Amino acid sequence: MSKQKDFVKFENVDKSYDGKVLVVKDLQLDIEEGEFVTMLGPSGSGKTTCLMMLAGFETPTNGEIYLGGKAISSIPPHKRGIGMVFQNYALFPHMTVYENLAFPLRVRKIPKDEADKKIDKALSMVSLQGFASRMPGQLSGGQQQRVAVARSLVFDPQLVLMDEPLGALDKNLRESMQYEIKHIHESIGVTVVYVTHDQSEALTMSNRIAVFNDGKVQQLSSPDELYEKPVNSFVAEFIGENNTFNGEVSDISGGKCKVKLSNAEIIANPISVKSKGEKTKVSLRPERALINPKDKMDNIHNGKIEEVIYHGDHTRVRINLLGNPEFILKVPNSSANLDIKLGNEIKIGWNSEDARALDPK
Amino acid sequence: MSSETKQILTTDGIPLEVSLKKAERKNKIKAFLLVAPLLFFLIITYVFPIGDMLFRSVDDKMVTQMLPKTFKAMENWDGQELPEEEVFAAFHEDFIKLVEDKREGKLSTQLNYTKNGFKSIIKKLRRKSKTFEEGNYKEQIMSVHKRWADVEYWRAIKRRAPEFTSQKYLKGMDMYVNEEGKIVSVEEDRRIHRVLWLRTLEIAFFVTVFCFLMAYPIAHLLATLPMKYSNLLMICVLLPFWTSLLVRTASWMILLQQQGIVNDFFVGIGLVADDNRPEMMYNKTGSYVAMTQILLPFMVLPLYSVMKTISPSLMRAGKSLGGTPFVAFWKVYFPLTIPGIGAGCLLVFILAIGYYITPALVGGASGTLISNQIAFHMKSTLDWSFASAMGLMLLSGVLVIYWLYNKIVGIDNIKLG
Repeated sequence: MSKQKDFVKFENVDKSYDGKVLVVKDLQLDIEEGEFVTMLGPSGSGKTTCLMMLAGFETPTNGEIYLGGKAISSIPPHKRGIGMVFQNYALFPHMTVYENLAFPLRVRKIPKDEADKKIDKALSMVSLQGFASRMPGQLSGGQQQRVAVARSLVFDPQLVLMDEPLGALDKNLRESMQYEIKHIHESIGVTVVYVTHDQSEALTMSNRIAVFNDGKVQQLSSPDELYEKPVNSFVAEFIGENNTFNGEVSDISGGKCKVKLSNAEIIANPISVKSKGEKTKVSLRPERALINPKDKMDNIHNGKIEEVIYHGDHTRVRINLLGNPEFILKVPNSSANLDIKLGNEIKIGWNSEDARALDPK
Repeated sequence: MSSETKQILTTDGIPLEVSLKKAERKNKIKAFLLVAPLLFFLIITYVFPIGDMLFRSVDDKMVTQMLPKTFKAMENWDGQELPEEEVFAAFHEDFIKLVEDKREGKLSTQLNYTKNGFKSIIKKLRRKSKTFEEGNYKEQIMSVHKRWADVEYWRAIKRRAPEFTSQKYLKGMDMYVNEEGKIVSVEEDRRIHRVLWLRTLEIAFFVTVFCFLMAYPIAHLLATLPMKYSNLLMICVLLPFWTSLLVRTASWMILLQQQGIVNDFFVGIGLVADDNRPEMMYNKTGSYVAMTQILLPFMVLPLYSVMKTISPSLMRAGKSLGGTPFVAFWKVYFPLTIPGIGAGCLLVFILAIGYYITPALVGGASGTLISNQIAFHMKSTLDWSFASAMGLMLLSGVLVIYWLYNKIVGIDNIKLG
């Protein structure tokens, strides 16, 4: 059975709530069957609106959404057969866990013994066997979350939407839930569209990530590509940590460019710059810069250590480098022999490949 | 196994409990002093008068005290035949004393409550008693009027011997203690209270139902509309609330009367003929319409406060899981509003059951409630003990409803806003 490439398809979708501002602008998005796609973006970027349009609680102002090749704009939410996990779980507080899970099966008129089997399966999937008779109020946040996930899956939907489902959990629980959801996705192969503003969540769980900003998808690619190769400075800054240099392209040739800063010149990888004289923002991941590099690197500069912050597994070092006082380096704590002390001058190097010259925004 | 628990001591060696009490005493006194004025006020203006009125409903000392010797002499009388001379003598003695104090009129009123016909024969007895000779009072009293020779009347007197009585309560249920001391209902054409009780329950019930049907959508709108509109709507709900009850009732009179605005409108659109205008006031319809409107906010507010707490994502969840909008409403939203429904219905029902001004003004004869009857006895007949007996019956009715509600729904499930 071949997987449908455009199982979910947003085609030229616009959305406006007040007729003045477009919350979603000309959205194009294809999601493959069985894929885990995350919509990531700051609040107000339109990601939740997209999810709500997909679920059927909002209608697109323009354009069409297709699910399995069928236009769904005119189908009401309860006929779309899409599972959904809500931000605050939205468990029915007056029903037991069992009744919550039975709800979608009962409205589908599935016989009781079959429904019981499905509920057992769904509960064991989230390791909550034995909790069926509890009320949601008697469960911890993490358990409620699992029930919500189980409920969204119990009627075997082809597509599950998750709207910041882990937002209310504490950090440890959130991380373990991330893995759990990821494993569930892998084991049953359901298509998941996941909305979050937490980038680490997005990077851990997704097959592909759509970074939203200002009603538009800025970049849609796999987590590693998104992190390693951001296509614009918004993505570069939104995902992970980022050191930036603002400057002007002074030379561009052979896949490399020279960028003139206020008091120096660096060599960078031209991504969004095309010609000499263009303003640019050069982006460099903290872990790509090395202290006292042994390999030959085409950028080597001296900087002064301004601040040293101990982080357990690594140390963050803030360096005043080439006029940027906010240059961050991550030093693994195994390299304790390095002479990292406040006020020391150190040598820092990186490859021009990793310094991406992006739009100046 | 020893149940003895080790006493925990503080570092000073004082038992911890003692120490704790000492530390908290000051706070307790402070708290008490803060509420003391209100408590005092409530006791004087509320607990004491109401207690007094309730006591009045069973108190029957008046006659007991007016005829002490008679009742003493009657103790051994079996009530079958006319009493002995001794009873008549004692009655004569008590009566002369009452006449001296000019209190025989009160006695006649009181005895007349028990049995009709006492008024005239007591008046007669007072006139004749001045000429009575000593001795053989039985003959002399019996000769005053033939009713004095009727054992029924003496039994009626004896029934007033106890200091406490339940007869006012029986009267409230259209029942009385007959000559044989049995509790029986009054003749059918003289029953007025039972009809009133039933009508009160009926009107309160339907007013509650109407209020619920109208308030539910309003409260839902209030809870789901954007702030801008919901505030405006809230003011519309509360505005009548802030208007005087009398003014609102009077406006209903203007609207509902036969030559009123509503009737004019009906005639205008051709719904009814001009010479056949329906009566919408001075009957049950008037009570229903006016009371429903006046009590509506008491239903809207508890419903609103409950609906406000129901996350809209629950309905969405219901729909996304495959429930039609109706199923999502009925299985998810509605059950969650039950605490509000309970609170609103209880509140409206209890208020309606004791409603007075509105039915008095727009209810007419067929739309008045038991509270109007209570007011009638307070103001017109001055039978306060009967009024307070009915008041207490009303109160116990409310408590029974409250108890039933607690049994069925659970009072901790209630939410008053």
